[in-house]
Amino acid sequence: MIEIAWDNFTPWSALAGGVIIGLSAAAFILLNGRIAGISGILGGLLVPQKRDVLWRVAFLAGMLAAPVIWMMTADLPAIEINASYPVIVVAGLLVGIGTRYGSGCTSGHGVCGLSRLSVRSLLATLTFMVAGFATVYIVRHLLTGA
Amino acid sequence: MKFSLASFGAGLLFGLGLLISGMANPEKVLGFLDIAGQWDPSLAFVMGGAILVGLFAFTLAKKRTLSFLGFDMRLPAADRLDKRLIIGSVLFGAGWGLAGFCPGPGLVALGAGETGALVFVAAMVAGMGLFELIEKHRVSN
Repeated sequence: MIEIAWDNFTPWSALAGGVIIGLSAAAFILLNGRIAGISGILGGLLVPQKRDVLWRVAFLAGMLAAPVIWMMTADLPAIEINASYPVIVVAGLLVGIGTRYGSGCTSGHGVCGLSRLSVRSLLATLTFMVAGFATVYIVRHLLTGA
Repeated sequence: MKFSLASFGAGLLFGLGLLISGMANPEKVLGFLDIAGQWDPSLAFVMGGAILVGLFAFTLAKKRTLSFLGFDMRLPAADRLDKRLIIGSVLFGAGWGLAGFCPGPGLVALGAGETGALVFVAAMVAGMGLFELIEKHRVSN
């Protein structure tokens, strides 16, 4: 049976944040005609093309600036990183290679792709979700026996 | 210039959304991915909220050839359901489940000054570089 962690359940802030993410993706496609896919925007910088670098840097700078601007007015929400550095390195490598092979991540496939009703993005999203669930199951319940 | 300014604004908004939603917190993400434990379904609402808005925007975008600032509307044309899509997504999902970071939240946590996020983003960029090397090798063979 599924047990819900009601103490941690934050549907309203999650929904509000999601709407803001949606507004960002909406603004980006409607103003610039591009998909707000973070892995694609970052990955494109590794094979720089003429006149295709500045906007990528600007988008990523905006993301990096978000917590900085937040901190000027309020305390940042919790960011709890409990994985060890070796695990984080493996995770980063997998996310880097995987998102480029799969042409997208949670933003490009999960938000933009599903919003434009792409079957390809639906398949990608289901696949990485299942892989994520399976990985956490293996790490938290099979390996540690918790 | 206005293209890059709009990009900065969209990135900023995206980052704020991730912070508010809880997505930028790896422990929260892992709580969402842990269905067999004490499951925290909150993050399903993030995707729900984002798609709710996105549906309208992309329906409108599909009808246009130029953006509202006058740039080409570049909607992805790829529709192949191939091995690359599946294998890539499996690898990504595995990495996501290991540390609780996907690319956007990794960047936001890096902006917040988290050392763990710096390690994650560095490894992720290395992984993307590795992908480019493998691709180059594949094409030249």
